[in-house]
Amino acid sequence: MDILEILLSASFWAAAIRIASPLIFATMGELICERAGVLNLGIEGIMVAGAFAGWIAVWAGLPLWGGVAIAMIAGMGFGALHGVLSVLFGLSQHVVGVGITLLATSLTFYTYRVALPEVSTPPKIEAFKVLEIPLLSDIPIIGQALFAQTPLTYLAFGLTAALAWILYRTPLGLAVRAVGESPASVAAQGLSVAAIRMGAVIFGSGLMAVGGAFLTMSAFDSFFFDMVNGRGWICIALVVFGAWRPGKALLGAILFAAFDAFQIRLQQTGIGVHVPYQIFLMMPYILSILALVLMSRRAEVPAALMVPFNKGER
Amino acid sequence: MRLEPIANPTLTRRVLPPALAIATSFAVAAFLAMIAGGNPFQVFGLIISGAVGSKFAVLETLNRATPLIFTGLAISVAFRAKLWNIGAEAQLYMGAVVTVVLGTGALGLPGWAMVPLLAVLAVIAGGILLLIPALLKTRLGVDEVVTTLLFNFIFLLFVSYLLEGPLKDPMGMGWPKSARLVSEARLPRIVDGLRLHWGFGLALIAAVGIWVVDKFTTLGFEMRAVGQNAHAARFAGIPVNPVILKTALLSGGLAALAGFSEVAGLKGSLTLDLSPGYGYTGIVVAMLALLHPLGVVAAALFVAAIFVGADSMSRAAGVPTYLADIMLASALLLTVLAILITKFRVRRD
Repeated sequence: MDILEILLSASFWAAAIRIASPLIFATMGELICERAGVLNLGIEGIMVAGAFAGWIAVWAGLPLWGGVAIAMIAGMGFGALHGVLSVLFGLSQHVVGVGITLLATSLTFYTYRVALPEVSTPPKIEAFKVLEIPLLSDIPIIGQALFAQTPLTYLAFGLTAALAWILYRTPLGLAVRAVGESPASVAAQGLSVAAIRMGAVIFGSGLMAVGGAFLTMSAFDSFFFDMVNGRGWICIALVVFGAWRPGKALLGAILFAAFDAFQIRLQQTGIGVHVPYQIFLMMPYILSILALVLMSRRAEVPAALMVPFNKGER
Repeated sequence: MRLEPIANPTLTRRVLPPALAIATSFAVAAFLAMIAGGNPFQVFGLIISGAVGSKFAVLETLNRATPLIFTGLAISVAFRAKLWNIGAEAQLYMGAVVTVVLGTGALGLPGWAMVPLLAVLAVIAGGILLLIPALLKTRLGVDEVVTTLLFNFIFLLFVSYLLEGPLKDPMGMGWPKSARLVSEARLPRIVDGLRLHWGFGLALIAAVGIWVVDKFTTLGFEMRAVGQNAHAARFAGIPVNPVILKTALLSGGLAALAGFSEVAGLKGSLTLDLSPGYGYTGIVVAMLALLHPLGVVAAALFVAAIFVGADSMSRAAGVPTYLADIMLASALLLTVLAILITKFRVRRD
């Protein structure tokens, strides 16, 4: 199989969109937090917790969407903790984020061992199935890529559109963007900076958890310890790459996922035999760093990102 | 709510909140142990006896503390200057790789020359590994948290490649594992017959060394000044970017010593499971130590005791060993909160 053949195959683009889906959820979650001025490094752990919570809920008998809701609630719980420490108490967002990641990951692994003490391989669930959209899914190449996916993928795209609309077209979106740029002027309007930031962190963390749940409930049908494997950190890079805009971040996630899908296929070609597989696996991380470097020159960082706001302080 | 600085905190104000933070994380762990069907008193008893209950246990705790002192120092040096190095895991493996590349027969030197040379080269290599994200930060403004985190994944894959390729032990029965170090490259034991190597001694020396740098040298002053207020430091004529780069070299070098000491002192060869996350746990150690170099030693001993104790508790009581990780993560979050409360009053309005 040669390179052009890979790029023109429908299955390649379908895989790219599938790989992009969890990244889209988590990237949008991180984007909301950062737009409100809070860097959420809890993302990696929250995705682990979401992946586990959704899966175990379905395994325990809940319907699939119930599992998604449980994942979201778990993520919002960790988001609330992050918010209390980083927004209300204004503690270092770096330290709080790393702490949340450590806490969420270890709590998840602990709960897994307590809930399933005797299993060597984790049980499987009946995951989300592909839902083909009639007519549209028959379009060559992009039809299979965009319209033959699981419902969660459609939700990811819908969410991005809704988020872009809310951020730029509604008073709520204006308030979120404003607390990330100039919290003092929001406070001068009589709005609560703390409440808006808390809301953004809690909702954003919920989305990160749904991103994690995509892995156990749609991409795969089971939970493994190293499942998330740095995807959270990659999403932080994607937010920067997308210049803190939902549309651009979505394109970034798809581009990134296409590259990931490409390297998986490249491993099976003639080139793959001569290059160690670790080089291919490194690519996503190297690409993320390159994206950060490329975007650094024209960064449009929210002005109050990582700046705690203490009322009455100049 | 609003935070109001306290001019002269009382002794109670300074001591009580951190003590409560540690107590609360123990309470959280006790509660979780009960959920898992354990008796909390028995669980804590087993953790303590597993950590310090016998000569073997104490030595095991000291051995486990050794890499944590190095990574804890690496993190505290970096965090003091507000250089957010989350990549100590990669730097640790860099130190281990250098040790294995040169210590398995490539260099034919006597032990008194070989061991220090390997340590110095490991430090340099680890420092250079952190220099890359630090340069990206000072030159291009790329956030070092994400780059150092991503470096961990890249470097671990690189180590995996080395262990399946160039560094693979031909006598290793196919396992991804390096050849063993020559005996001249091994760190000797402190006392014959006791399973404790000179890596621990080196860690203590490093802690005192960093304390001296911190307290008595210009660099130490400059690093703190940059961390407290980079703008003011620049205004005062401190070359901020060079100080950040020096901090990176120092921090990366310290983390690399953890890898050097684990290979040369404890394991004798390199495998992919050399570190169960010492680079990340170093963050907890550094925060519990309030970023103080001598405090790092105490915090590393505490953290190591909990890990070693939890391992043996898990075998005896059947409560998952991840209880230790939960305890430390909650201790980390609660401690940073407690320290804030020692300095600020929370006002409702």
